[in-house]
Amino acid sequence: MTAAPVELRGAAVRLGSRDLWTGLDLDIAVGEFLAVLGPNGAGKTTLLKVLLGLVPLAAGTVRVNGAPPRLGNHELGYVPQQQAFDRSLPVRGRDLVRFGIDGHRWGLPCHARAVRERVEEALAAVGASAYADAPVGLLSGGEQQRLRIAQALLGDPRVLLCDEPLLALDLASQQAVTHLIDERRRQAGTPVVFVTHEVNPVLPYVDRILYLVRGKWAIGAPAEILTSERLSDLYGIDVDVIKVRDRYLVVSAEDELPTEPGAHAHHGHAH
Amino acid sequence: MGIGFYLQFSFAQHALEAAFLVAVSCGLIGPFVITRTMSFAVHGTSELAFTGAVAGLLVADNPLAGALVGALIVATLIGLFGQRAAERDSTIGVILAAGLGLGVFLLGYYHGYASEALNILFGNIFGISSGQILLLGVIAVVVAIVLTAIRRPLLFASIDPDVARARGVPTGLLGIVFLFVLAITVTEAAQIVGTLLVLSLAITPAAAAQRLSSNPFVVTVLSVVMAVLAADGGLLLSFQFPTVKPSVLIVAISFAFYVIARLIGPAIASRRRDRFAGPDLAELRHG
Repeated sequence: MTAAPVELRGAAVRLGSRDLWTGLDLDIAVGEFLAVLGPNGAGKTTLLKVLLGLVPLAAGTVRVNGAPPRLGNHELGYVPQQQAFDRSLPVRGRDLVRFGIDGHRWGLPCHARAVRERVEEALAAVGASAYADAPVGLLSGGEQQRLRIAQALLGDPRVLLCDEPLLALDLASQQAVTHLIDERRRQAGTPVVFVTHEVNPVLPYVDRILYLVRGKWAIGAPAEILTSERLSDLYGIDVDVIKVRDRYLVVSAEDELPTEPGAHAHHGHAH
Repeated sequence: MGIGFYLQFSFAQHALEAAFLVAVSCGLIGPFVITRTMSFAVHGTSELAFTGAVAGLLVADNPLAGALVGALIVATLIGLFGQRAAERDSTIGVILAAGLGLGVFLLGYYHGYASEALNILFGNIFGISSGQILLLGVIAVVVAIVLTAIRRPLLFASIDPDVARARGVPTGLLGIVFLFVLAITVTEAAQIVGTLLVLSLAITPAAAAQRLSSNPFVVTVLSVVMAVLAADGGLLLSFQFPTVKPSVLIVAISFAFYVIARLIGPAIASRRRDRFAGPDLAELRHG
């Protein structure tokens, strides 16, 4: 059997003197959609940084496509959250996408025509051709995220790492972006590691959830993890999980419940 | 005694060559300076060329060599203490103040003509020897080669540092390399327009170019073209109007480019927006 695209064994990350998480065992299978949930500071993004080779493990092992993580591993696609670009920044949508092919290359561009064609195809695949020549500073968050997905897919990644890619997007854009990510997963079997603080928009696609809370973690299918017992145990306080139609709501009687997986509510008031 | 008359003399030819070389380097770095929001670094390193020049005069009677060494020291200091964007400006401010103080102190020990040192504040384009032209040429070629080599990773790192790092771009190292290129270019330019007016070649043309296009390659070309037109155009004009210092005319032309770009820029930008804000875009935005 070939190795899983991502393999963690007894993995631990330390930030200063604090253990973010320890003893993490995780295999991510081909075609799997893994949502990584948890409060701020629980080490969700750090998990991605470990896979990217930006942060070393304090203990345990990690393998990406059978090898230790390394910087500049082009088998990984990386989609960060959208950011505010300056309106006058002299960079167009197509320039942002093109970084996915040769943004890391030194010297003069080579195979310029072939590169342009691939960029054109990638733009069309995410439906971004119409604004490919617009400055990135003038694009909406949803448009920008389509470009970032196009950029990540240009490297033909074997694992797709997404860090809050839906943050600050409207509902329609959230759906469009998630759909594009899911499409890649279904067509190419590319596993997706999807860091988010809101599980509901991606719930229809999620195979498993990795829930990180203050050094503790739990992994399993959404229905297994998103229960009052499991989350109360993780948070160490009483937490109620309510399922309303297809959405999970996490409710806590205590004030300090940090970021929750779904639309959140304290004292029973939905925010 | 117009332009044609002066062009017979080697000092005028040297001046035109020097202005061209300096303008090309400045035009090349300008777009990166703006994208990386490093205008203040340009200002800081250029003013400190004064301190370096005075030190160079004192030690070796060579202001240019002093200014170059000084610029490299300043770039190293900014790189060491100002890596994070949030603290970069304050770091530059601190180094700038301390460095200028040192420059004034050193000037007190210099017993030659103070104008030698003051030249570097306002530029002295007519005193350039063939040896200096050669040095300026070598610097311009090195700057062009380095910038061509690091162009795409540097742009990537400037726009999207997190993703660039993940893709294996050494963003920290690139930042330092760019600082060195900037320091050398700025010092070179200080010979021509003076440290106080360096921004007119290193920032203004690029800022104007950005108003006219959002294609990074076109912006660089426009920036170089406008910098060259301003530098050599200003010089040629000064032959016609000898009472005005060339650096003043260079600044005037580059400022005029900027004003024009600001005036016609919005028309270009709105045409661009109209072209892209088709029904598709509206639909995506409002779902």
